[in-house]
Amino acid sequence: MEYKNYPETHEIELQLNGTSQKLTISPWTTLLDALREYFQLTGTKKGCDHGQCGACTVLVDGKAINSCLSLAMMQQGKKITTVEGLAQGENLHPVQQAFIEHDAFQCGYCTPGQICSTVGLLNMKKGNTPEEIRDLMSGNICRCGAYANIFKAVEEMVQKEVSGTP
Amino acid sequence: MNNFSLTQVDSAEEAVKTARLSTENNRYIAGGTNLIDLMKYRVENPDHLLDINRLNFSEISSLPDNGLRLGATVTNADTAYHQEVQKNYPLLAKAILSGASTQLRNMATDGGNLMQRTRCYYFYDTATPCNKREPGSGCSALEGFNRIHAILGASEKCIATHPSDMCVALAALDATVQVTGESGSRSIPILEFHRLPGDHPEKDTNLEPGELITAIDLPEKGFSQHFEYLKVRDRPSYAFALVSVAAALEIDGSTIKDIRVSLGGVAHKPWRLPEVEQQFIDQQATPQTFEAFAEKLIAGAKGYGDNDFKIKLAKKSIVRALLTALEK
Ligand SMILES: Cc1cc2nc3c(=O)[nH]c(=O)nc-3n(C[C@H](O)[C@H](O)[C@H](O)COP(=O)(O)OP(=O)(O)OC[C@H]3O[C@@H](n4cnc5c(N)ncnc54)[C@H](O)[C@@H]3O)c2cc1C
Ligand code: SF4
Ligand code: FES
Ligand code: FES
Repeated sequence: MEYKNYPETHEIELQLNGTSQKLTISPWTTLLDALREYFQLTGTKKGCDHGQCGACTVLVDGKAINSCLSLAMMQQGKKITTVEGLAQGENLHPVQQAFIEHDAFQCGYCTPGQICSTVGLLNMKKGNTPEEIRDLMSGNICRCGAYANIFKAVEEMVQKEVSGTP
Repeated sequence: MNNFSLTQVDSAEEAVKTARLSTENNRYIAGGTNLIDLMKYRVENPDHLLDINRLNFSEISSLPDNGLRLGATVTNADTAYHQEVQKNYPLLAKAILSGASTQLRNMATDGGNLMQRTRCYYFYDTATPCNKREPGSGCSALEGFNRIHAILGASEKCIATHPSDMCVALAALDATVQVTGESGSRSIPILEFHRLPGDHPEKDTNLEPGELITAIDLPEKGFSQHFEYLKVRDRPSYAFALVSVAAALEIDGSTIKDIRVSLGGVAHKPWRLPEVEQQFIDQQATPQTFEAFAEKLIAGAKGYGDNDFKIKLAKKSIVRALLTALEK
């Protein structure tokens, strides 16, 4: 059997929640694994690991993506925000606050992804109808079925955004 | 995932050259949403990845003939929400937005979308025979579960479908795929880009090994008035099509001046028959005409058991999409 010489690790730099972080990793490390295993940012969850559930959703340059299908090496130079990067000190992000007020979770496993997707939705300035909100949020599965309250939290945020209050 | 090396290439020439150098097992990677998924299942096991995101294929620009050029690494989301696409090619925007999820569309690129592989369960399951994954091993879907499989253009070797929504709209719009490779650059009409399985289901497209997609060109005519993308699926969002229809009409009074219909979820490539469309030019746009059209477009359709329902579903979906397009 022939063994190939793979370059085992690379030193990369990620812009993570507002700070620059260095990391030495293998090319096959996904962004999700880098966040959870190397930076201990375990707010971002691994559900399916295949792009089918949205538990791993983070923001890259303000856009929601599935971190399980992205290689960490390929995210250099981009602004990565995880659920841990949303609050300002002790002040929760308005979307986090809305999720609490609307009781928009049960077990909480999908919640970081739901929250990041909501922030991404606000950045897109979309979601003008209930149907559009549902469609644009469909990439986040909630196994507990907390959809009714998740929807209310998201809708409130979209309406506030429309009327100019963040 | 297997172990692999990765380089970020800075020019198309370099990409094509590097891809060629190591003849075997290299892959371009763009959004990663299909490739990484398949690598996690060990369906794809490349030795080396070439990240093409730094190439300057990330713009949407106007063409001299009033068409529009979509760079290969523009994301599906940026394409669908682009002002010109929304205005002149709403069929394409609707098709893209009906696919995948917000997160996936933010990652997936236009070039990668063309190259995405089938969702056939056996193709994904390395424990079962599959001619597409392992030529000569057999097709598990023929006698197995084949609810999502092809009813048109299939072969005994493979009955898989191409899963893209975007490509169905591109087929109706007569897009052209721009590629570059070892022996220079060429343009491939979208209908000749993907292929039917025949004896070589391992080949999804007519790209030569190492050829790189640089852009997708849309002609000026976008059918922005009478169009419809109808996607029939098991749930109303975040699911692949069982059958989808991209329909575009040009109407003068009640006379058909141009008609384009392409189908997704029914074949190994977007299913469109320009010779059938020709026969309907100057006919009256009525439900009866559309029914006759549907019969001809899916003539010869064959089910494999679980997917028999698609024949009737396709017929009805074609008529419904054309009627919706007409009423717009
Ligand atoms: C859960 C899920 C649901 C989905 N639902 C839908 C859906 O409903 N409808 C739909 O249409 N799609 C759907 N998709 C598929 C998605 O659209 C594709 O995965 C995506 O378009 C692939 O693009 P990418 O840039 O991520 O490709 P990558 O994964 O980066 O690459 C895919 C392939 O294309 C090759 N490639 C990429 N760019 C080029 C290039 N420029 N030139 C030559 N080769 C290239 C790569 O080598 C690789 O083999 C879904 C995907 C997932 C994971
Ligand atoms: S239909 Fe094609 S992809 Fe599916 S098992 Fe048969 S050969 Fe493989
Ligand atoms: S863990 Fe990434 S989508 Fe499920
Ligand atoms: S709250 Fe449990 S999965 Fe959503």
